[in-house]
Amino acid sequence: MMLRLALATLSRRRARTALTTAGVAVAAAMLLDMVMLGSGMRESFRGFIEQQGFQIRLTPRGTMPFDSEATVGGGAALVQAVSADPDVVKVAPLIGSKIFSRVTAASTSANTPPSGADSVVAAFVLGVVPAVQGDYLIVEGRELAAPDEMVVNASYLAATGFAVGDTVQIAAGYDAQMRRFAGTRTVRIVARARFVMLGGTERAAALPLETVQAMGGPERADRVSVVMVATRPGADIETVRLRLEAADARVSALSTAAALKFVDERLGYFRQLAFILATVSLAVGFLLVTTLVTVSVNERIGEIAVMRAIGVARWRIVAQVMAEGVALSLVGATIGLGLGLITAKWLNGILAAFPGLPAAFDFFYFEPAAAFRSLGLLVLCGIAAGVWPAWRAATLPIAKTLREEAVA
Amino acid sequence: MREIVLAARDVRRDYPVVGEPVHAVRGISLDVAAGDWVAVVGPSGCGKSTLLNLLGAIDRPTAGSISIRGKDVARMNDAEATRFRLTGIGFVFQRFYLMPTLTASENVELPMSEAKVPRAQRVARARELLTYVGLGARADHRPYQLSGGEQQRVAIARALANQPALLLADEPTGELDARTGTEMIALFDRLNRDGTTIVTVTHDEELAQAARRVVHMKDGAIVDQVVRRPLGDDAPAARGATA
Ligand SMILES: Nc1ncnc2c1ncn2[C@@H]1O[C@H](COP(=O)(O)OP(=O)(O)OP(=O)(O)O)[C@@H](O)[C@H]1O
Ligand SMILES: [Mg+2]
Repeated sequence: MMLRLALATLSRRRARTALTTAGVAVAAAMLLDMVMLGSGMRESFRGFIEQQGFQIRLTPRGTMPFDSEATVGGGAALVQAVSADPDVVKVAPLIGSKIFSRVTAASTSANTPPSGADSVVAAFVLGVVPAVQGDYLIVEGRELAAPDEMVVNASYLAATGFAVGDTVQIAAGYDAQMRRFAGTRTVRIVARARFVMLGGTERAAALPLETVQAMGGPERADRVSVVMVATRPGADIETVRLRLEAADARVSALSTAAALKFVDERLGYFRQLAFILATVSLAVGFLLVTTLVTVSVNERIGEIAVMRAIGVARWRIVAQVMAEGVALSLVGATIGLGLGLITAKWLNGILAAFPGLPAAFDFFYFEPAAAFRSLGLLVLCGIAAGVWPAWRAATLPIAKTLREEAVA
Repeated sequence: MREIVLAARDVRRDYPVVGEPVHAVRGISLDVAAGDWVAVVGPSGCGKSTLLNLLGAIDRPTAGSISIRGKDVARMNDAEATRFRLTGIGFVFQRFYLMPTLTASENVELPMSEAKVPRAQRVARARELLTYVGLGARADHRPYQLSGGEQQRVAIARALANQPALLLADEPTGELDARTGTEMIALFDRLNRDGTTIVTVTHDEELAQAARRVVHMKDGAIVDQVVRRPLGDDAPAARGATA
């Protein structure tokens, strides 16, 4: 009957209850999104890094993979030296650069290119060793098998109007004023692929490592940007990493853990923001519930005094008032869970369209334990929000309150 | 000798206000025997409500003792006083004060539920009490569906729910029109004849006339007492009080 009394209060003021519940739901959704955002980017990076199947990355000393244009020379020798390490099972050298594709009316097989009949499309290009690469997943077509073959992504195809199977002209350099190309090649597109570390909207292509090196002329000969290293299962990655770094003064060796730590540091500001906003959501939820419960206690102060006068125990009043807060925050948190997931998905869609991000990059990572922990925290806030109004209600001076009610 | 249900001795209640405290009740002693019906009358502000609140343990005296069925009400802690109000006292207020979200029957059940009376039993007793006050057919109605007089009847049924030793009523006819007030007086008379010990505080001359004993208060003290119908005299009460 006490529970009914508490819930009757909520249903008596439907609009107000609905509005407060909506407020709590929004706060809960925000909280959930912030918790998801706090770990989302990190988990996404981890996913990508682990998906590639390499545990260590060698980069020009002092740089991050593809962080700059920096490269190291003597790539073949470096790969050979690293491969000699007994704990290393796979070595994948990479070079990152740019290519310019010449698009003419004649060069397109199917659609006319959106950029005009005769134009130049720039794209990011990776020089890879096809047998060991972990940078793209082929969606359509086949893996590179010859120096004059190229794999591209969907954005590239969209920008150029090319199709898998086309033979096209590319160049390592392009002078826009002179309309002059440098380091040109004729290559055949053999596959459409998804580049795991690149944004969905970014145009990208992959060519055999030697082709990219050769296109760059003498100054790019035998140079690499990154060497990806896979270790033997069971090997101590940190030991191998230190050994590789010690072996060549020109490179830094970065483990997955270190890469993640680096990502963490870079995202520190982001996570802090997420944490602050999550705390704000909790506070908002708390204040909303306290406000509603306080208002409802004030409204029912006479009723409560009467209950006390006819012998209803203090703790029953406390339970009744707190039940209101609990009901509100439980319902709010439940709606907020759904709302949070929907908004996370929606925001993810918006943020994923940001240039320069890997395709399928998730900003929001749903981890049930963390989600329920945070929503649990919100419900606790709702419970805590009821404590003060409940205590006030339970300890009111009965005779004085009844008298004031009679005057009112 | 009849049992003394209520024995108040030199009860005082001061309200601390800025300046001189208000001496609302200044040294009242009063005995009420089982089966009696006392009407406390007096000018507005003479301390009637204050006294009634003290007797009903919803307020504490500044000094003096109040013993109800041998229990010292003035010295109880909150939990004891609450328990005592639940089982020992029935309260009827001028403004009825029913729970608006509960039906008439549920309102009557509320104190029984609090006293942990099994559900079936309390539902049955609520019906019985509502029938007694003439509202058997309105058990499932909510307060807003009832007239003032009907609400006050429900409030009386609620006050009787746990078979209290003492029924206290503060201006029970204060919000009712004359005819409904007369009906209410008849109900109190019937209750008293059936054995309920009652203390009412009132301005209502008619209500006071119906009581067995009238206590006159002035400035926080008892100035006069008139026994109109001694205990044991069950002749019809004054006008209007026949059930
Ligand atoms: N909480 C309070 N604080 C200060 N003074 C109070 C308080 N409650 C009552 N009083 C004062 O105590 C005196 C007695 O009040 P009380 O309500 O008992 O009178 P009453 O006889 O019931 O009056 P009425 O017939 O108008 O209901 C009044 O002078 C009133 O102003
Ligand atoms: Mg009064």
